Amino acid sequence: MSADFLLELRCEEIPARMQARASEDLTRLFTETLAEAGLKAARLTSYVTPRRLALIAHDLPLATQAVSEEFKGPRTSAPPQALEGFLRKTGLTQDQLEDRGGLWFALVEKPGRATADVLAEAIPAIIRAFPWPKSMRWGKASQSTESLRWVRPLQGIIALLGDDVVPVAIEGVAAGRATMGHRFHASGEIAIERAATYAAQLKDAFVIVDQAERKAIIASRAEALARDAGLELIPDVGLVAENAGLTEWPVSLFGRFDPAFLEVPPEVIQLTLRINQKYFVLRDKAGALANAFICTANIDATDGGKAIVAGNGKVLAARLSDARFFWEQDKKTPLAVHADKLARITFHEKLGTVADKVERVAKLARWLATEGIVKGADPALAEQAARLAKADLVTEMVGEFPELQGLMGGYYARAEGLPDVVADAIRDHYKPVGQGDDVPTAPVTVAVSLADKLDTIASFFSAGIKPTGSKDPFALRRAALGVISLIMTNTLRSELGHLVYQAEMASDMTRYERVSKLIDERWQDTLPETMGWYHLELKETFNRLFLYESGLLDFFADRLKVQQREAGVRHDLIDAVFALGGEDDLVRLLARVKALQHFIATEDGTNLLAGYKRAANILKKERPQTGKISSEAGEENPGAALTDPTIADAIRVHDALPLAYTPEPAEAALIAALDSAAPRAAAAVDAEDFEGAMAALATLRGPIDAFFDAVTVNDADPAKRDARLNLLTHIRAAVHKVADFSKIEG
Amino acid sequence: MIHWNGWDMQDNASTPLSFQQLILKLHDYWAAQGCVILQPFDMRVGAGTFHPATTLRSLGPDPWNCAYVQPSRRPTDGRYGENPNRLQHYYQYQVIMKPSPPDLQALYLGSLAAIGIDPLVHDIRFVEDDWESPTLGAWGLGWEVWCDGMEVTQFTYFQQMGGYDCKPVTGELTYGLERLAMYIQGKDSVYDLAFNDAVGDRPAVTYGDVFLENERQLSKWNFEVADTDKLFRWFKDAEAEGQASIAAGVPLAAYEQAIEASHIFNLLQARGVISVQERASYMARVRDLAKGSCEAWMTHNGWAA
Repeated sequence: MSADFLLELRCEEIPARMQARASEDLTRLFTETLAEAGLKAARLTSYVTPRRLALIAHDLPLATQAVSEEFKGPRTSAPPQALEGFLRKTGLTQDQLEDRGGLWFALVEKPGRATADVLAEAIPAIIRAFPWPKSMRWGKASQSTESLRWVRPLQGIIALLGDDVVPVAIEGVAAGRATMGHRFHASGEIAIERAATYAAQLKDAFVIVDQAERKAIIASRAEALARDAGLELIPDVGLVAENAGLTEWPVSLFGRFDPAFLEVPPEVIQLTLRINQKYFVLRDKAGALANAFICTANIDATDGGKAIVAGNGKVLAARLSDARFFWEQDKKTPLAVHADKLARITFHEKLGTVADKVERVAKLARWLATEGIVKGADPALAEQAARLAKADLVTEMVGEFPELQGLMGGYYARAEGLPDVVADAIRDHYKPVGQGDDVPTAPVTVAVSLADKLDTIASFFSAGIKPTGSKDPFALRRAALGVISLIMTNTLRSELGHLVYQAEMASDMTRYERVSKLIDERWQDTLPETMGWYHLELKETFNRLFLYESGLLDFFADRLKVQQREAGVRHDLIDAVFALGGEDDLVRLLARVKALQHFIATEDGTNLLAGYKRAANILKKERPQTGKISSEAGEENPGAALTDPTIADAIRVHDALPLAYTPEPAEAALIAALDSAAPRAAAAVDAEDFEGAMAALATLRGPIDAFFDAVTVNDADPAKRDARLNLLTHIRAAVHKVADFSKIEG
Repeated sequence: MIHWNGWDMQDNASTPLSFQQLILKLHDYWAAQGCVILQPFDMRVGAGTFHPATTLRSLGPDPWNCAYVQPSRRPTDGRYGENPNRLQHYYQYQVIMKPSPPDLQALYLGSLAAIGIDPLVHDIRFVEDDWESPTLGAWGLGWEVWCDGMEVTQFTYFQQMGGYDCKPVTGELTYGLERLAMYIQGKDSVYDLAFNDAVGDRPAVTYGDVFLENERQLSKWNFEVADTDKLFRWFKDAEAEGQASIAAGVPLAAYEQAIEASHIFNLLQARGVISVQERASYMARVRDLAKGSCEAWMTHNGWAA
């Protein structure tokens, strides 16, 4: 026995943006709650309109399964208290028990529950637990803050199992079979007969309950209207969904606006239509924005929609004339004058004003151009563009449409006759905004975009504001991804540490000065005049140390891994190269990682890795004190070379050779192979020929395998054992010239 | 008069309602729903919500239903009478119903019918728009009501006022009267609105006849003339007087000073003498006054938070 169950939760208008999620949540909660009671429908259909959430559970069993359970009780010889306790627990009498070999057994039958009863409990529970993003109280019941919460006042509930109402009520709203049709096209209540007639009965009352059907109507009608006018609809899935969330009976209407408004940048018009008015935008056959709009009404108007189109046209005209006013007003003031007002806007309370930021970015952009890091960028133009890049933030237009930042600046720059490269840089300097966004390649734009992002990251880090977990309110991760994309796309050759250091120094002069002062006080008198350069170097070194401490490079390494993961690059290989320390030229780093990834996939690579791991494991066991490889060591870290055990070991290998005994053939072969491969690998790395370096390492594979097959490392003779461990250390050091293979998984 | 779907509808086809008729129709309609028809509050406020009949009356358990017109001042919106849509002084029509009745939406739609907006000719929509007033420590959920794509009313269920949960919830409707009138009369400029109808040889006047010069002069005063030193002083005075009134246990008087400080702050904004950084601190000072007044009002009435 089964039946269809219909649930409708009717309320005042649900925000369009919440409907899809709410419909999913209802389906999920319903399925879960019924599953707990052991009920499952053959399938579920869900509907949502601005005024109702509905769900049909098809072929729901009318009762849950009966279950019988057997319980073992006390011995028949046990004291009467034990028996009484058992009877209480099972709810049976003594004559219902069974004596099986001196033990009492009870068979408890749990009858199936009527599904209607299960539903009567489940529905209020679902309503109370419903996860609306924002909910409210209302009406008389709201005298108490404990009253029911819903997205907007809940008006009615339909709960029909088969032909019958499931008796349930919540906060004075009793379930029944009554609902309301369209707000204006239907009047009075409609009594729904059963689940199967729900959609049709509502359609008769001018409500299309199926959101997919409303979407299809909106999209196809809009397309047809565009075609009739000889125009093309600019498809907009989000807008279709939003309009479907604002209507129960969608009717598309076509209107025109004064073509004179087309002098305003098309992006502005498009935004006004889409965001403010939720209209579809059209273009003509040549691809230019058309002076037309399509709106979606919620009624089939008695005058065919004339008044609606006229009314919407009027609202649009008022909005577009505002936009045109802003456009003309903004153009009267040069961007440089707008930029003066940035001194009044706080960038962040710890980081000064936007004008302060602009000043830093301008210097950094000029430096990137002057140093030739961004090739082909004129330093003066880069600085000029950077100085004007944020000016549009104080224009009327961007005040009205913040999403047009950058774009408007570009328009205004062109309108005042600034060079195209400057206007383009202002327009595009926020790019790339996310993964998949265009990455600028015009040199001046690259300089400004990179400077802007580096400054943002360095400034926040130096103020101690870093992303944590899922919290990244200043989008520093996105900025770092932008930096990485800019560097990679444009093959910018500079160490990341060098770039960030420049940005950091600019953002936190006080620390730089503090360090300088300290060094001046300590060493000024002790250093001879001629050692002034050393003095400067010392200052830079100390400041760079802070850079490591701030976690900035780790932050970039993490971002790089995230970004490269999507490009199919293994994160452990990035780690293997990062672990070498000092490698923060991203272009070189990734070339190395890619060569490594390619090599590891070959048979030679796999076997070399296996040989390396074997050597490393032996060393870890036999020489634990030096088996650890410092991953923090970097070229910028003074004195790191002395404490790096790999290098220290390598020095010892050289000390130990030549051998005091005659090596076995496989041992001698490995020494010879190493003598040949190590310098070649190192030289290839220096020449940035990573394939060459891998090829050199690959020659070690055969000798290593042969060595492990034929030679016992842990020889009884301590001299032999020591020499062989030294040899393994030497191999590890040679491999580490290319990458830290211990970080490679598998 | 047309009867439709239980609503009595004004027929605007022949002679659309004048501005004052629009107000009178709304008064009649809401009076018939049991609302007290109040007159505007006699102080300069930014919106009808500031009227103590809304802020203070939305606190506490007592039922309260009222409607009133509130002249509202937004100094920064002044355009010297040159923009057909923007004014530094305009009218809001405010309806307050506490607790919010179950048929508030239907009552509202009835009011649109009463002023002649036919919902089978015009597209009426409830579009999500939550309301928040940081200076009043208040927020609510609701919609902006669209008529053919134009926002004509803000519809809000207050959830908090002065930082206190509303127990029970108040329903608030705020109609933009000029917009509605422009819509009903089919005018493109607010200044062309018919304010009243001619009677015999006594001519009708337009909204411009009544207010255009006011917009010109007050825009000039707001933006150029107002003495900022005095404004700063008045702000401080209002703040001090407000705090003193809270201490003296006269929250209604204290609240008036909160209103005063809020308006002076708006004037300082229009004069462009408050930096972005200072702005937040001024708003916090106004909020302290408003919330302090609400708190004192709760205490005075013996209402628990």
